[in-house]
Order: sequence, then C-alpha cells, then structure tokens
Amino acid sequence: MTHRGSRLLHVGSLSRVEGEGALRLHVHDGTVTDAQLNIYEPPRFFEAFLRGRSYTEPPDITARVCGICPVAYQMSACAAIEDACAVSVDPAIRALRRLLYCGEWIESQALHIYLLHAPDFLGRASAIELARTHRAEVERGLRLKKAGNSLMELLGGRAVHPVNVRLGGFHRVPTRDELRPVTEELRQALDDAWNTVRWVAGFEFPDARVEADLLALAEPDTYAIESGTPTVLRADGTTGSFPVRDFTEHVAETHMPHSTALHSRLDGRLHLTGSLARFAISGARLSPVALQAAVEAGLGDPREGSVCRNPFRSILVRAVETVYAVGEALRIIEAYEPPARPYTEVPPVAGVGHGATEAPRGVLYHRYEIDADGIVTSAVLVPPTAQNQGAIEDDLRRLAQRAIGEGDPDDGELTALCERAIRNHDPCISCSTHFLDLTVVRTSGDASRDTSGDTPGDCHA
Amino acid sequence: MAPTLAVFKLASCDGCQLTLLDCEDELLALAGEVEIAHFLEASSAVEPGPYDLSLVEGSVTTAEDAERVRAIRAASRHLVTIGACATAGGIQALRNFADVDEYRRVVYAHPEYVETLATSTPVSAHVDVDFELRGCPIDRRQLIEVITAFLSGRKPDIPDHSVCFECKRRGTVCVTVAHGTPCLGPVTHAGCGALCPAYHRGCFGCFGPSGSVNLPALIPLLRRDGLDDAAVERFLHTFNAAAFEKFEKESAK
Ligand code: SF4
Ligand code: SF4
Repeated sequence: MTHRGSRLLHVGSLSRVEGEGALRLHVHDGTVTDAQLNIYEPPRFFEAFLRGRSYTEPPDITARVCGICPVAYQMSACAAIEDACAVSVDPAIRALRRLLYCGEWIESQALHIYLLHAPDFLGRASAIELARTHRAEVERGLRLKKAGNSLMELLGGRAVHPVNVRLGGFHRVPTRDELRPVTEELRQALDDAWNTVRWVAGFEFPDARVEADLLALAEPDTYAIESGTPTVLRADGTTGSFPVRDFTEHVAETHMPHSTALHSRLDGRLHLTGSLARFAISGARLSPVALQAAVEAGLGDPREGSVCRNPFRSILVRAVETVYAVGEALRIIEAYEPPARPYTEVPPVAGVGHGATEAPRGVLYHRYEIDADGIVTSAVLVPPTAQNQGAIEDDLRRLAQRAIGEGDPDDGELTALCERAIRNHDPCISCSTHFLDLTVVRTSGDASRDTSGDTPGDCHA
Repeated sequence: MAPTLAVFKLASCDGCQLTLLDCEDELLALAGEVEIAHFLEASSAVEPGPYDLSLVEGSVTTAEDAERVRAIRAASRHLVTIGACATAGGIQALRNFADVDEYRRVVYAHPEYVETLATSTPVSAHVDVDFELRGCPIDRRQLIEVITAFLSGRKPDIPDHSVCFECKRRGTVCVTVAHGTPCLGPVTHAGCGALCPAYHRGCFGCFGPSGSVNLPALIPLLRRDGLDDAAVERFLHTFNAAAFEKFEKESAK
C-alpha cells in the first residue's frame, strides 16, 4: 500500500456554499469506502413550530428557512395551502408569481455562477479576488444579480424575504407603469446573461458524470418554475411521473446519524434535482433564445435529446437558465395586464394540501394539514439539498476514487477537488440545515493513522 | 493596512449575510477599503483573527455555538450582530416557549442524533456586543451605514423610533386608520423604510421592538381590527418572539 494507505484529512469548513457543512471521506487501501456529507446546521424546527400557526402564515414563516431562495418557499407554501383549500388563482396572478420567481432565479443563478462557482474555474478564492483580474466580468455578474433583485424588490418589496406575497396572490399588484423601469434593467440583463453563457463556455471542464436519477417538475408547454408534475429521468433512460400529492410516497426521507438534514431516496434510488435535472427533463421546452444559448454553450440541443450529466458543466446550464429567466420576465411584463384584484380569497377548508415548485436549486415540496379554523396541524418541507445529499456523496465518492486511482493526490489536492465537486451542485445547506468539514480517513489493513491538520477552520480565535 | 472584516454564521437562514453580497453597487468598493478576512459564504480564503470588525448572523442554539461565539468575541475588536436571529433569537426562538424534545421528535426520526439547546438566544446573552443591527432580514442601507461608521470610528446613525415615523416620512397612508388593518408598526423598530404599509399590509414586526413600546395601547387596536387573543399572541410571536415577549410580560402586569 502507498505511504498514504491510511490517513485522516480534516478541513474546517467548506466555503462558497450557502450555509455550512462537513465532509468525511474514508479511504481504505486506496479505495474510497465511504463519503459522508455532514450537514449539521443547528436544527431550527420549522415543521414543529408551524403547527398551531394560522394557515395564512407559512408563506412568510417558511421564507425564513432560506434567505437565498425565499420566493421558492413562499410559492411552494402558497401552492400547498391553496391546494388544501381547493382554490386556484387567476392566470394574471400566476403570471405575476412566475415573474417574481424569475427575479429569484436571475438573482440566485447569478450569485452562484459569479460569486460561488466561477472562482473555482479560474483558481481564485472569491469573486472579490477574481475582480482584480476580471473586473468587467465580475461587474457584469453583479449587474445581472442586481437586475434579479430589482425585480424582486419591485414585486416583493425586498429581495430577501419579500413582504408582498400572500395566499391567493399579492397584497398589492404593480401598475404597468411601475414595471417599466425594470424593463430597461432587464434588457441590459439579457445582454449580460448572454455574455455570461459565452464566458463560462470558455472554462475548462473536467470529465465527470452523475449517475443518479434526475427529478424535476414538468409542464406540457413551458419550462416548469412555479408549478408542474414531478417527472423522473432514470439513469437507464426511462422516464416516469407522479402527482405532487404522492411526493412523499416516492421521495422517502431517512435520518442518518451524520447529518441534521434528512436523506432521501426516490423510489429507493439516489436522485438529483436542480439545473441539470430541469434541463434534462424540460430542456426541449425552453424558449427559442434559451435553446440558442444552450447550443452556443456547447450543451447541444435538448430537442434532439441532449442531456448534461457532468456536474462541472452545471454552470453552463445555470447560465442558460438565466438567459431563459430574463427573457421570460420580459415576456411576462410585456403581456401584463393588472388583475382586477390583487388576490383571490382563500377561505380555510379542513384538509391536506401539497405544493411543489422549482427553487433555483431544485424541487421544493411542502405539505400542510389544516383544520376547519385554518390552523396548521402538521407541516412537511422537503428542500432540494436534502434530496441531493445522497447523489452529491455518490458523486464525491466517484471523483475522489478516480483522483486516487489516477495519481496520488495529497490532502490539499483532494480537499480542493472535493470542495469543487460540492460547489458544482450548488448546495444550499441553509435550507437542509448546515456546516462543512472535510475529513478524509485513510486506513490500510487494521491500521488507522491520523495525518490531518486543521485547515480553514471556522474561527481562528 | 486595511481593516479586516469577518462574517460569521450561527443558526440562521443566511439572509442577513447575503444582504452584504446584495450590495451590488458597493461590494467592490467596500472590498477595496477592507480586507475580507473571513466570510465563508463568499470566499475560500480564510485568515486568522484578530478581526477589526466581525459581523455575526444567527442565534445560539447549541452548546458548541455558545463556545464559538465566545471565541469570535475574543478574536474581534468590534462585534456587530446582524438580524433578528442574532439580536433576538430569531424565529427559532419559538422553541423557548415550547418543549424542545417534543419538537425534536416531530421533525426527526432519530431525535437522539440531533443536538440542540432548549433555547435560541441572541449573541448578547453570551458575550458583549458593540452594536445590534435589527431586521429579518437587515436593511442593506443600514448595513452599509454600520460598516462605514465602524470603519471611521464613529457611532452608527441608526434611529430607534418606530415604523410609524417612516410611514409618515414616506407619505404612506396609515393602514390601521384608513383600512382597519392590524399593524405592529407603532411598536416596531424603524429600518425597513415602512415597507409593508407601502404594499397595503400591516407591519408584522420583523425589525423587533422599537425604543419605546406601548403594548397596552396597541393591543385593543389589534382586537378592534379583528384579532382574537390567539392571533395577537401569534402576531407578536414570530420573527422576534423573544424580544416582544418582554413587553408582553410587562403589559400583563
Ligand atoms: S434574521 Fe431573518 S433574514 Fe436574518 S438570518 Fe435570521 S431568519 Fe435570516
Ligand atoms: S413594515 Fe414591519 S414587517 Fe414589514 S418590513 Fe418593515 S419592520 Fe418588517
């Protein structure tokens, strides 16, 4: 066995992800026997304290699960509660919800591309460091992100935890005139999004392939965002779908000792949700401009069956989705006629409701049970990162194994690779609860030796 | 040498630290003025303390975090807490009024895997804090003001009055007077620019209690506007439950 046959590598905290987590890698005689992504953000107990709240409150309360995708929480909560109360909203309200959601997609995808992910491809520690050599690009990313935020501020009042969403619609809807200024910003954003596609298409992408099943919502004639039917593209190429109300019958959560996030399996198998899954399942329903962007990005044409399973290339799919979201926002604004009323009344009905929407990071499912007085009696939230955790671990195991097989990477190299691999998946650890330490345990025979030191810790006090 | 800035996170949603990255127009300028020495969400370069200014997001909900916050304090010249979680325990402080073991059983199949304290407490319950910036989330303009104030060695100009003042300044019609909408604006700390009333909804107190809080005067108004006792309690018990609780106790006397 090599001199590194058995060792323990420990990295304090994973950076440039949303939230914090840990990773433990066990290497035995050169074989990666286990990869555990530990998510040990202190639990916040949303599902517990939602009980006893009024059915009008989950949109505002669950937004606080995650500051990076609050609209996703608001939209899934509204969908689930409106389902329980058997109310469907006006098409004009649906369009405005989609518009608000586009704002979150633009903001969040730009954040991930420029601030979290691109520095990996260019060997920088942060976007701020990147700005020293790529000032114009970082400025473009911030401008694009700001356009998404402007849309959220206009429709929602603010970008983090918008205040304007309520059951049945909005507290107040904008006039056509109020939407005009943001149109200018979005036109610029469309250019910026295109240039983002071209920029990231020039990065170098290591080979890799996720084997997990892909899960995304699908709509008959549009790229699913604020609604849709859960649809699976299995690793063997077959597809299937199931109604939203059966979500937890298919996506089963289990609790592992190493993480405060729950692990889930889709019909017993690992699955991945998010940009790669959406593009694989709904790519053919992208707008013409986004399809063109996909082709230009080198992703191929999804109408001809192109699917991307390389997690390093997820940055390309995010860029294409940003082009789509900006175009979609412009289209909705163009067609906008203010609805007669800002919201539809949603009187409480005793029952159970289900809702799922496409958060930038993947399918977010909510289920609520309410009583006749409109008091929530139970709540279930299944966020995307908790679903992806198993697939991310599998991906890490494979990448680490290959790296070990191809050479003899030292701890630093292996750590950097694992961190990159995790950032490929855009995990939002806040929503699945948080904290990343990397530990590599390498053993040989019965011997086990700790060769690690603490690298970036949480606080260097 | 440029002063060093660090950002730390405890139990939270990341929204308050994200607010710093949401300062798109100021971010690169700010990065030219300070050295970002520790900010895990934004950078994989991490430098050891001491830090000139540390921003702490999130509340203390584990014994480990109580320990960490002491280490952060020891490593920081100035420590500013950002957001309702860090200044008042946040939404997760709802456990303070409940049985946390029962919560654990509701959420987790294996409650024994999960470590947590029975309470969610603000950072100031554990260490001295130089300044507390309110909000769930904090306001971007106020954050810039606090950072620049600390960098130039002056006191941040953050008023302590209520949301009502901001409504007046903004010229927003009072939702309570005009529409009978229940609103916590009279007792809520300013900072958001009176956002909710501008969107035709009542304030729900996300910035926590203002400098002077008169609940005995407000509660009858909330009742008049249709809230029963349970609804009043829920209204006060949301993102700043632990902070409003103090005034509820006083007004019950
Ligand atoms: S105060 Fe609100 S926005 Fe800030 S971290 Fe806590 S939950 Fe998130
Ligand atoms: S009006 Fe009240 S609830 Fe609304 S944003 Fe301001 S402080 Fe928060």
